[in-house]
Amino acid sequence: MIDAQKAVEDAFRDKSGRIIATLIRVLGDFDLAEEAMQEAFITALDRWPRDGVPDSPGAWITTTARRKAIDRLRREKVGREKYLLLAKEDRGETDDHDMLDNMDESSLHDDRLRLIFTCCHPALNLDAQVSLTLRTLGGLTTPEIARAFVVPEPTLAQRIVRAKRKIKSANIPYRVPPDHLLPERIEAVLAVIYLIFNEGYSASFGPSLIRHSLCDEAIRLGRTLFELMPDEPEAIGLLALMILHDSRREARTTDEGGLVVLEEQDRNQWDSAKINEGTALVERALRMRRAGPYQVQAAIAAVHSEAMAPDQTDWQQIAALYGTLIRMVPTPVVKLNMAVAIAMSDRLDRGLQMIDHLGKSGDLDNYQHYHSARADLLRRLGRHVEATVAYGRALDLVQNDTEKDYLQRRLREVNPA
Amino acid sequence: MKYLCLIYSDESQMGSATEEQIEQVMGAYMQYEQEVSAAGVKLAGEGLQPTMTATTVQVADGKTVTTDGPFAETKEQLGGFYLLDVEDLDSAIEWAAKIPTAYMGGRVEVRPCMVFDIP
Repeated sequence: MIDAQKAVEDAFRDKSGRIIATLIRVLGDFDLAEEAMQEAFITALDRWPRDGVPDSPGAWITTTARRKAIDRLRREKVGREKYLLLAKEDRGETDDHDMLDNMDESSLHDDRLRLIFTCCHPALNLDAQVSLTLRTLGGLTTPEIARAFVVPEPTLAQRIVRAKRKIKSANIPYRVPPDHLLPERIEAVLAVIYLIFNEGYSASFGPSLIRHSLCDEAIRLGRTLFELMPDEPEAIGLLALMILHDSRREARTTDEGGLVVLEEQDRNQWDSAKINEGTALVERALRMRRAGPYQVQAAIAAVHSEAMAPDQTDWQQIAALYGTLIRMVPTPVVKLNMAVAIAMSDRLDRGLQMIDHLGKSGDLDNYQHYHSARADLLRRLGRHVEATVAYGRALDLVQNDTEKDYLQRRLREVNPA
Repeated sequence: MKYLCLIYSDESQMGSATEEQIEQVMGAYMQYEQEVSAAGVKLAGEGLQPTMTATTVQVADGKTVTTDGPFAETKEQLGGFYLLDVEDLDSAIEWAAKIPTAYMGGRVEVRPCMVFDIP
């Protein structure tokens, strides 16, 4: 009895993403698929304790949901054409058994990819892509997503409704994009997953439990994508990057929830299993010889992870990797990071020169990390008066309390008065 | 499915275009016309005269009120359209991206047409 209930819960947690992916293809409608799946799970709660848990719970739910959908269409007498089509499929050659036989691993595999690419379709706005992905693929509930992104629940629900409506009315195709569209569409999928991760990783708001669940969810999605597209080096790179960042989860926050900068983290708290996994993934991706920004960022994170103390960091290698990254994404922030890496590889003056040069464009004037990085180098060079001014600018811009404490502490070092 | 591609650009820039630039735009549109017709996806397509020629019409209490000018004053104006019949939004986006204005500084809005279920 309890086992049956647990089996339903397990099936929901582990299989609902796959089931919904197949149902959307078969039924051609997100809402209908969701409702039918829900009904099927409710039926399972009633039946499984009595009749026993089926051999293949996922297939049982899928078949039951499909029947429920047909019933519903019949009752509502809407979508007559669709009903006739499904009813026809339900009889004759394609009875349920055949359908389940046909649902081999490769078609299930494709269904999940279809769902990922549809949820992350660039014709949907980014918020909608993120919400829909978490809701359908991640299996997070609407209230959970709303809490994680600190938006009112009705707003979030509305966002999902609108996205589903647009998919339907604008006829966004439910498919894996053809080869000529694939590169940019993969980029969009990776961006959504990374955004989910970063929301969880760097958000300075919300209870840590919810933030962690976003990181876990993003990594889970990353693993799914890796499983589905094992030959896509950037997908592996992203997964590696997330796992390597996540390896510092314990060390990067204080008991009070404040952020601890990399240099000050207790490296004994880094998760070595995650570091090993992440590093192995980076190496695997780089061996494919199609480098991309996620792989390079993951490689940078891996180099940081190798150092058991800050002064053991191989800054030269990091600077070289940033040099590669700049050619791919020539943004001021990447240039700033490269300058810092150069400074830290025993070329403080050169790094500071580069930072000052970057500052001339004015693009980074309101970027706190520009001022704090500059202040840090000035402090290391013993130029305390200038460092004081730069820490002051960074403090004007800082939002996070723990970072503020850190900057104030550094400021007192260079300006004890 | 039918999609209307609405072509928006800054008309004021057209006045200052050189003959060479105009030729370039026309050439690009002629090529697009050929492509879109050959693929059999074009249902209709027209270029529009500038918004200074527009008249906006509204009927209130049975009385027709006309206003000189476009419905909304915007930075970029509707300058033409294509009505395409393609499989799905991806295909519509691909065709929209090939409309010369889309890569010559303007923008194209893609709108799916309503589908009415006829019993």
